[in-house]
Amino acid sequence: MVDVLPYYKTALWLTIKLASIGIVFAIIVGMICSVIQYFKVKVITNIVQIYLEIARNTPLLIQLFFLYYGLPKVGIKFSEELCGIIGLTFLGGSYMAEVFRAGMEAVTKSQIEAGRAIGLSNVQLMRYVIIPQAFSYSVPGFGANCIFLIKETSIFSGIAILELTNTTKNLMGIFYKTNEALFMLVIGYLIILLPLTLFLTWLERRVRHAEFGN
Amino acid sequence: MLNSGISVLLEGNNLERLLNGLFVTLYVAFIAAIISIVLGFIIGIIRTSKNKLIQIPFRIYLELFRIIPILVWLFVIYYILPANFGLNLSSEVVALLVFSLWGIAEMSDIVRGAIISLPKHQMESSKALGLSTIQMYGYVLIPQALKRSIPPTINLITRMVKTTALLTMIGVIEVIKVGQQIIEVNNRSYPIVSFWIYGFIFFLYFCICFPLSRFSRKLEKKWAI
Amino acid sequence: MSEQVPILQVKGLIKKYDDKLVLNKLDLQVDKGKVIAILGPSGCGKSTFLRCLNGLEDVQGGEILFENKSLVGKTTKWRDVRQRIGMVFQSYDLFPNLTVLENILLSPLKVQKRKREEAKKQALELLERVGLADRANDYPRQLSGGQKQRIAIVRALCINPEIMLFDEVTASLDPEMVREVLDVIAQLATQGMTMLIVTHEMNFAKLVADEVIFMDKGSILEQAPVEQFFSNPQTERAQQFLNILQF
Repeated sequence: MVDVLPYYKTALWLTIKLASIGIVFAIIVGMICSVIQYFKVKVITNIVQIYLEIARNTPLLIQLFFLYYGLPKVGIKFSEELCGIIGLTFLGGSYMAEVFRAGMEAVTKSQIEAGRAIGLSNVQLMRYVIIPQAFSYSVPGFGANCIFLIKETSIFSGIAILELTNTTKNLMGIFYKTNEALFMLVIGYLIILLPLTLFLTWLERRVRHAEFGN
Repeated sequence: MLNSGISVLLEGNNLERLLNGLFVTLYVAFIAAIISIVLGFIIGIIRTSKNKLIQIPFRIYLELFRIIPILVWLFVIYYILPANFGLNLSSEVVALLVFSLWGIAEMSDIVRGAIISLPKHQMESSKALGLSTIQMYGYVLIPQALKRSIPPTINLITRMVKTTALLTMIGVIEVIKVGQQIIEVNNRSYPIVSFWIYGFIFFLYFCICFPLSRFSRKLEKKWAI
Repeated sequence: MSEQVPILQVKGLIKKYDDKLVLNKLDLQVDKGKVIAILGPSGCGKSTFLRCLNGLEDVQGGEILFENKSLVGKTTKWRDVRQRIGMVFQSYDLFPNLTVLENILLSPLKVQKRKREEAKKQALELLERVGLADRANDYPRQLSGGQKQRIAIVRALCINPEIMLFDEVTASLDPEMVREVLDVIAQLATQGMTMLIVTHEMNFAKLVADEVIFMDKGSILEQAPVEQFFSNPQTERAQQFLNILQF
């Protein structure tokens, strides 16, 4: 069993890497989308809403297949890893947008009025009042989405990315040690997700205290 | 050139096969959903008990499905059962099993969450009126919790439908597999066909999930939960 | 002494929510340096009136003249007006993600584009005056309600407004903290700040205000110098109101 460890290490690392990049971009996309929705920018808001509906109502696997097998036929070719990241960003962005939108709406009207009363412009209001507070309201939701997206990386197996799940499948095919392989697979996810969960709980508590003193 | 691919969809009985594949998917999701709702409901109520002996095992069960991706569960059950117990279940049965276990866990959390979210004074006034625990649940808590549970349940069903895409990875002949078969046959004549087939499947999933989410949101707004 | 134009003039102000008439042809003249208390039962429109004066509510009719310039047109640059008419709210609303000092300096630095040293000097002086200079680097969550409200007042003052509007600023405070806030406002009065104060604190109004406006159902029912209002209310509604408050 020890000889397969390096494969797992690579797979674990790849999973973490792809998930992290995907998550970061998803958060950025999500925040941009919700700011656009907040200001109800003409036309672009509609495009954003269409994007959100499509991303939220289709499975990641199909999105990946389309990106990896479908697009090359019309001339757009991405590497598997890039497909994975785009898929995560596309799907994750819509979930993050929902979380951040709720966060922005949670900023109380009186905070916004206090900001206006001291003469802040819309952009300044966003920057100093709304976005910082929306961010702290969003932390629990972002955290939950992070965990979700990390789990979704298992779907990358479908397009031959050697992340944890795919690697395990291949190793089972080669070594036939099904139980050990699957055990390692589960451990692999636990290694990523348990510390993350603890970290997120701590982060949530800290942010809540910072904003609301409780 | 683009046009030549899309005609494959209408060729022969391709469309019919794709839709049949979709039906298989939905069938699994539907049955799993029913099992989940019924059993999840019961377990959800059980889980509102404060008894640690009940809380802890169920909590572990739920967390197992929260931490481990569904695809991994599908692989685990699909490969472990034959390897260890000599049980050779068909992929569809494995799918049904995994989805049901997943659905029950999530559903129990939805129901439990709905009951817990009711204002405490509901329970207190019931007790003050002399209602037994069963009466309290039956007449007061459950009817109110039911309403609150519906949008998250629809959300769970939507997620289940989306997750059925994974069944192709354990060999179920569902819509994606059928699509891939069609692509293989037509690939040489119309290389662009995979764009259209996957695009079409994309569209099919959207057509199922989008109305569900819209409906759920409408309910939420209407009931202002 | 030459006739001075009142710093704020309100003529026939009308405000509606949908079709409901909320402010009914209000008239008011405010001279520089005067303190006006606005009293009245809940829902009479006093907060709404105040909010019209700094653009948080729009008006449907009438005129507001600030330093003889109209505020009612569609082209009113409220951002500029709000630097001259400051407002403090019942819910103080300090920004939780900024320290006390950062809260106070936000507008002077980012809106008024003043130099940091100069603005900071003024901020610290003002904090000193309200007795909270040692809290400059704390976050709002570390302060009590009364302290937060005093900081909110300093934040508004640091912009150097001509007029200060106070909207029931002690209403959400514990009784023990009301005093410290009212002291600050009284201090401002002696320094000659023009103020419009919506309040329930009758004794405070008696001490600090020059004039009282009594409102009910969207109209100004009585307007009088403060001693006259409290000793000899003219309208029946005002008498009713004052009687109710004397247990």
